[in-house]
Amino acid sequence: MDTKETVLNILADLTGNDVSGSMDENLFDSGLLDSMGTVQLLLQLQTELGIEAPVSEFERSEWDTPNKIIAKVEELQ
Amino acid sequence: MPSLTPYENPAYFIMLAVAFIPIVIGMLWGKRFHWYEILVSLFFILLTFGGPKFEQGIALIGYLVYEVILVSLYNLYRKKKNDTWVFIIAVLLAIAPLVVVKLTPLLQTGAASIIGFLGISYLTFKAVQTVMEIRDGVLKDFNPWFFLQFMAFFPTISSGPIDRYRRFKKDYDTVPDREKYLGMLEKGLHYIFLGFVYKFMLSYFFGTYLYPKVQHIALQSHGLSWGLLGVMYVYSFYLFFDFAGYSLFAVATSYFMGIETPMNFNQPFKSRNIKEFWNRWHMTLSFWFRDYVYMRLVFFFMKHKTFKNPKTTANITYILNMLLMGFWHGETWYYILYGLIHGVALVVNDWWLGFKKKNPGRFPHNKFTEYFAIFITFNFVCFTFLVFSGFLDKLFFH
Repeated sequence: MDTKETVLNILADLTGNDVSGSMDENLFDSGLLDSMGTVQLLLQLQTELGIEAPVSEFERSEWDTPNKIIAKVEELQ
Repeated sequence: MPSLTPYENPAYFIMLAVAFIPIVIGMLWGKRFHWYEILVSLFFILLTFGGPKFEQGIALIGYLVYEVILVSLYNLYRKKKNDTWVFIIAVLLAIAPLVVVKLTPLLQTGAASIIGFLGISYLTFKAVQTVMEIRDGVLKDFNPWFFLQFMAFFPTISSGPIDRYRRFKKDYDTVPDREKYLGMLEKGLHYIFLGFVYKFMLSYFFGTYLYPKVQHIALQSHGLSWGLLGVMYVYSFYLFFDFAGYSLFAVATSYFMGIETPMNFNQPFKSRNIKEFWNRWHMTLSFWFRDYVYMRLVFFFMKHKTFKNPKTTANITYILNMLLMGFWHGETWYYILYGLIHGVALVVNDWWLGFKKKNPGRFPHNKFTEYFAIFITFNFVCFTFLVFSGFLDKLFFH
């Protein structure tokens, strides 16, 4: 499974929505993600992809759409 | 020499305007004179903490020296090792002066601590977040001299908005291009004049003119009364216009110096629920608590599987987070209760949003329900401000 697919699966688990159709949707504005969801996302990325992203690394404006999250994850890999 | 509280006196604004002439001219020509900015900062800090308030000035200097040494030492340590206990001790030491200042009135019947000064709680936020980012390894180029300037940035020294080290550094190290800077000047001027309306007209009207009147009526009728309801609304508007007015001045002043200090308020009374309210009210404080307390606690609890259910984790952390914010405001029953109520409200809010999501189509959604949600949120928030105001303490216990 590639990074994109893994991230989308994690997001689908967390938000209960398939977000692959709206890759540039702001997940915080739409209420799909919040602080809690963010932490779960970071932890899942750690277990599934081995990415060590501390909470400080998380700048909301850089992680607010599926596309941006995938880009961030690829950058951290 | 007299002492002036920031942004409260026409003389303060005139001095600001004069002192900023070289800064503005320099910026327009793509130059930043750091040495001049430091002189201006020193002058305005002296204006606030000098003269009759020199004791506060000495406390400020002592505090800054202490925090700069502490954070520098932690940074040196972190380069070699990364022990959790050392990190915790560093955070505790960073908040220690604030804890002493907050506890002194409680232990010495209302006396103010000699190590206290206007703005100590806001500076503590900046110090603690810097320690946390050093620990996380995202702040690798910590510089004590720059840290001192970040801490003592005079436009926001007394009451925020609370900026972040890395964000501040990005602005400080660059000069905005002319077009951008002209935009910042325009915004800054707009904020100053809006601030005048908020602080010197609306806040004055609600706080100085109306508030004593409604307080008097409420105190005469004891217990629940129309007067008390008046106190609730009048205090809420006073609190908003006073603080939002101050924040506008602080942001505008930063803009003139080419620093984009984040905004503190975004039409909070328009919020449709309490979560949205905290995204619009005193934003730099609530985002600070979100990023440095809430998310970290949740991260810790989830990683160690402290609670079985993620929802339980979220809820317990909401309450801890808001309680801590209550304690930060001061050690009185009404501040702590204010925090607790908001913590519980966030739990209820999340539960309600989840319930609605699970039952789609069960509740109507239209313009009317939206206005109704705003109405409920507004009144609830005003009620919590009544608690926060301390007026109930006066009414019931004195």
